[in-house]
Amino acid sequence: MQKTSKELRDIRSNTKLKFKSSRIMICSGTGCTSSKSDKILEELKKKGKELGSDVIIEKTGCFGFCAKGPIIVIEPEQTFYEMVKVEDSEDIIKAVISGTKVERLMPSENDKFIQKWHELNFYNKQKRVALKNCGYINPEDIDEYIAVDGYLALEKVLTGLTKNEVINTVLESGLRGRGGAGFPTGKKWQFTAASKSDVKYVCCNADEGDPGAFMDRSILEGDPHSVLEAMAIAGYAIGSNQGYIYVRAEYPIAVERLKIAIKQAKKYGLLGKNILGTDFDFDIELRLGAGAFVCGEETALMNSIEGKRGEPRPRPPFPAVKGLFAKPTLLNNVETYANVCQIILNGSEWFSSIGTNTSKGTKVFALGGNINNVGLVEVPMGTTLREIVYDIGGGIPGGKKFKAAQTGGPSGGCIPNQHLDTPIDYESLTQIGSMMGSGGLIVMDETKCMVNIAKFFLEFTVDESCGKCPSCRIGTKRMLEILTRITEGKGKVEDIDRLEKLANVIKNASLCGLGQTAPNPVLSTLKYFRDEYVDHIENKNCAAGECKALTKVIINPEKCKECGICQKNCPTNAIMGEVRKGPFEIDQTKCIKCKVCVAKCPFKAIS
Amino acid sequence: MSHCDGCTGCTVDDKVVKIAKKFKDVDGGIMSALHEVQDEYGYISESVQKYLSKELSVPMSDIYGIITFYSRFSLVPKGKYNVQVCMGTACYVKGAEDVLKEFKDELKIDVGQVTEDGKFSLESVRCIGACGLAPAIVVNSEVYGKMSPDKVKEILSKYN
Repeated sequence: MQKTSKELRDIRSNTKLKFKSSRIMICSGTGCTSSKSDKILEELKKKGKELGSDVIIEKTGCFGFCAKGPIIVIEPEQTFYEMVKVEDSEDIIKAVISGTKVERLMPSENDKFIQKWHELNFYNKQKRVALKNCGYINPEDIDEYIAVDGYLALEKVLTGLTKNEVINTVLESGLRGRGGAGFPTGKKWQFTAASKSDVKYVCCNADEGDPGAFMDRSILEGDPHSVLEAMAIAGYAIGSNQGYIYVRAEYPIAVERLKIAIKQAKKYGLLGKNILGTDFDFDIELRLGAGAFVCGEETALMNSIEGKRGEPRPRPPFPAVKGLFAKPTLLNNVETYANVCQIILNGSEWFSSIGTNTSKGTKVFALGGNINNVGLVEVPMGTTLREIVYDIGGGIPGGKKFKAAQTGGPSGGCIPNQHLDTPIDYESLTQIGSMMGSGGLIVMDETKCMVNIAKFFLEFTVDESCGKCPSCRIGTKRMLEILTRITEGKGKVEDIDRLEKLANVIKNASLCGLGQTAPNPVLSTLKYFRDEYVDHIENKNCAAGECKALTKVIINPEKCKECGICQKNCPTNAIMGEVRKGPFEIDQTKCIKCKVCVAKCPFKAIS
Repeated sequence: MSHCDGCTGCTVDDKVVKIAKKFKDVDGGIMSALHEVQDEYGYISESVQKYLSKELSVPMSDIYGIITFYSRFSLVPKGKYNVQVCMGTACYVKGAEDVLKEFKDELKIDVGQVTEDGKFSLESVRCIGACGLAPAIVVNSEVYGKMSPDKVKEILSKYN
């Protein structure tokens, strides 16, 4: 049943009233669901019924503080409960009924309970724009999205703005692509709008392939309508009636929520024919990715939607001229779309007032690795890495030292300690040899070997290279062989030179972004951690102790009590000696460095 | 069961017939059809490939090309319980490699293989997005977070 503007307004005001009553919001993103938030939701509903409470109990999107999951927030008080268990359900309901709080589930900082979730240190330096609705609305209820001014931007555009005005607003906002390369979004819209064709397409790249990144997934899981609405706005601006979302099949929750959202939007007539009574038609179809990293590249993605192998095409022609099914196509990433409605509603000036000179707005990062507060953070462009790692991320666990932060995934690089104070934007990250990428930010402590990390990323690219360009297909394989050799203690002095030469060839001779950026992890670690490479090659030493072939397991004769436990547990009979007849010794030629003896020794004599 | 006219002796399930019908006239529908077959059977058999080839007018060589290109599609059946060890960067940094090694040792198979009794198969996958629980693994659709090698035996015993 198609809704009119007036009916949308009614839904908006009615649902806003609902927001004033007590609501228990439980995170149902992938992270919290993995730690059983779905079971907690069930139990809460059951207990609510038993106790005769009419409190609203709902799913919501990611709060971002994944390290503390499963998370529950009680609205409208914004009380934050962390690491909730199924058994806590009854107490939570009882507290809501009696107007109290379950203190044992509340976070405390400096010996004080934190009353509202935004007051946590973790959120202090954050600014949620793309994630605005995640954690506040139920992503499976279109009415709640409408209540937070959802589909108001679409209405504004369809009833009051010309195509050019929409494009200019996006252009003036300074929004740039959040998928990695940072191309100005408005320009893309402009180019596609200028192409003449009977059919044009709007695509959404939700093939978030960077390992360790989950920004786009969280937006789709927590606020799917914001992406649908933005795509419809883009469709109006460039003159397209059909959209495609290409989403990873590995994101089942996101796929499900998108399906629900599309169905609801169609039911309300916000997708389909004559949207809001105008002559604008727009529809969206879902297409699933099938586990190929290269499909995050725009032309490969289009080949995949067309039902082909996801191999990139040469550019030009650019997708704006000849893209999906050989028609002009606009392709933006999920997070880019998630900013669009806010820009339309709040104006380009509001958006461009956030961020740095060249990079406007905020950026969502997936903070992971050796860091206390693993999670999703959204910060204004220009925030320093130090603020993200220490103020928001809470520093490195176990009192260990920071060694590097990896951004940009397999296309990016490792940023060392001396650049921690660089304000992050597209240009500054490129300058220091990394890149913004889609937003994966993996922190590594001093126990991580940089040669080994470079090898890890090369393994990834070798695996994921589509094979079209020999430079990428063969070149990355050769680089991986050299890196493997180095980590096994068989490196040669000339290997560093060879790596650099190969890297340049691969960068220059590959067709798509995957090949052009594949050597980056090696180049950036060579730039900042060259000593480690040299140490591996010349001294056959891995200071971090990660490269097993270069480490030695040794029994300290002073600590050895000659008990023989190590010998009994050694799978390769590499430990020599007899009980109570002098300290045991390890035969290094037989030792496979499994470190079983290290774990078994009751006297901590082996290291 | 329905017979495909193009070759002799092979038959496909009614479900496959339905899937083929659904995507016959969809642009680029072969990918979606393969997804549904993969979800339904856990792999894509040669007879299904031949049937889809004829019904969707996509050459066999292309279908084979697509299946082998994308890691989600499989030509051989997976184990009853498919163990996926996440090797995304966040999990890797937190020791996923040791967890994977332990699974290999316990199951006595390598990545991409199935145990002799067909019970377990082992995969290393790229980021399942549960970085907050790193290192994480998935058995069928059950996620296990904060893994360590010593938890491997216990998890496998749940499925025995």
